Amino acid sequence: MMQEAAFVYSEKQLAYKFSEDHPFNHLRLALTYDLLRHLGALDDKSVIEPRTASDEEIALVHDSSYIEAVKAGGRGTLSRGIANNYGLDTEDTPVFKDMHEAAALLVGGTLTAVDLVMEGKAGHALNLGGGLHHGFRGKASGFCIYNDSAIAIEYMKKHYGARVLYVDTDAHHGDGVQFTFYDDPDVCTLSVHETGRYLFPGTGDVYEKGSGEGYGLAVNVPIDAFTEDASFLENYEKALEETAAFFKPDVIVTQNGADAHYYDPLTHLSITMEAYREIPRAAHRVAHKYCGGKWIGVGGGGYDIWRVVPRAWAMIWLEMTNQTDLLQMPLPGAWINMWESGSPVPLPHTWSDPKNMYPYIPRRAEITEKNSKILDKALYHIRNEQNNKPS
Amino acid sequence: MLVEEIMNTESLYLHPGDSIEKALAYIDQHKIRHIPVVDEHHILSGIVSDRDIRDALPSIFHTRSQEEHLKKPVSRIMSFPVITANPLDVVEETAVVLYKNNISALPVTGVHDKLLGILTESAVLHTLVELTGAHQPSSRIEVKAFDQPGELAALTSIFHRMQINLISVLVYPGKDKTSKYLAFRVQTMDPREVINELKEAGYEVSWPRIPGMNE
Repeated sequence: MMQEAAFVYSEKQLAYKFSEDHPFNHLRLALTYDLLRHLGALDDKSVIEPRTASDEEIALVHDSSYIEAVKAGGRGTLSRGIANNYGLDTEDTPVFKDMHEAAALLVGGTLTAVDLVMEGKAGHALNLGGGLHHGFRGKASGFCIYNDSAIAIEYMKKHYGARVLYVDTDAHHGDGVQFTFYDDPDVCTLSVHETGRYLFPGTGDVYEKGSGEGYGLAVNVPIDAFTEDASFLENYEKALEETAAFFKPDVIVTQNGADAHYYDPLTHLSITMEAYREIPRAAHRVAHKYCGGKWIGVGGGGYDIWRVVPRAWAMIWLEMTNQTDLLQMPLPGAWINMWESGSPVPLPHTWSDPKNMYPYIPRRAEITEKNSKILDKALYHIRNEQNNKPS
Repeated sequence: MLVEEIMNTESLYLHPGDSIEKALAYIDQHKIRHIPVVDEHHILSGIVSDRDIRDALPSIFHTRSQEEHLKKPVSRIMSFPVITANPLDVVEETAVVLYKNNISALPVTGVHDKLLGILTESAVLHTLVELTGAHQPSSRIEVKAFDQPGELAALTSIFHRMQINLISVLVYPGKDKTSKYLAFRVQTMDPREVINELKEAGYEVSWPRIPGMNE
């Protein structure tokens, strides 16, 4: 029998860990899982153990010499010079013990989610351990070793012949996924992110639209630093709806980086939990409207792992399973008690943020105007084609 | 980088006696804006731009066809003498030439003005984009420094100590004569620590800032 949604999770996913003080910390998976459990929103039969991806599956996107380098890195037999050529053993992506196995498990989790949805065993599936969108064919970058989303998309093309819409709301541009499918007519990538003028990785300009047969199928909406909820959501919702209507995907993959929040230490946007409530709602609607409900969600960035990520990621699951009425309740006291002592900041008690969380942004009107111009440029070719269709 | 590394060596060309009609077909078919004109020894004799060609066309409001104008030779509308580049010029210099003369392409000529290729504005711009490092995953940090010897060395030693790879460095003149802005592209997603180090070393790091609050 088909279940409404599957939650792919195992404590073993926490083995993807660079060091104690590295900003990328998958303890957030345990925090989110535990929050949903205490909320009574996640039962045993919905939790599915992730599988490990095989080398052949990883090689759908990555070079075999790179996979070998990652394995050697995890065994401690990779020299720094060679490691650096592959983007490994750097400040961002240090080597750690058994890193290949840890990274392959995250990829396998996203493939598990894909199989559940594509074989009709689950309507939607969520693998919050995935979403490592900066990984390139032969290079680690920005905390990402293997690009699970890119591998999963290639896998869906190969095994299910699917046309895939990838939607990325991480504050950083989804460069690895975009450039893997830059000239592919069967994959459309949409990324809404803080402008790369200062922020890593620097790409994701509105004029990056794909090439060759994939021209027009990379959609980039780079928004200004200090953008707030209303402007963020307007850009995201319009871009998502119009891109989906244009591309008509068979399945949608959403990357749910939670690092665009005001509290996030690495980025400069000013969005709140209000936006994290709405992001999965729009994805859910689009999945049912265009893809018969087929929706695979993955995680991504998110560096305030105490106050932001657990709430934001729990909201995705509540949306997938139509349990958002639980957001009327305060956060479970048992969850707060359990984790409070380990947190360097006081944990929130409610699902929404305080009204005066950040200082007034003096140039709000200009930022909003600028973002809306960017959206027009991002969707220009789509709107043009839609208008020119014979009626 | 030298012009010969980025010029287009397979550019189209015309002879002075070719018709304006042929030039028009070239720019339409190949989506180009400039065509060099060469004599029988392949020596550059002029250049025709899309503007020159459009000037020769009748206005869209003109009802009477004036097709006979299109049969005239391109030598009637081409520009000469031509501003050119040498294959051994450096790309930054050619950017200045394009900018100062308000033009967007340079024929590249060698010995005896023989045509070797063409350098377009977009090829130059692409090279400058590569020089800024904006095509590689990186964060950007802008630092205000005094315009004096040793500042760059002091700054880069901070990046070296933190083991952060530099993708590119650009230097902008400051608003006053005593300072300069250095824009670094650094290969890290987490520049917080290096920004702190730079601030502790007494440098002004000009990003991030809340717009309108402390500009």
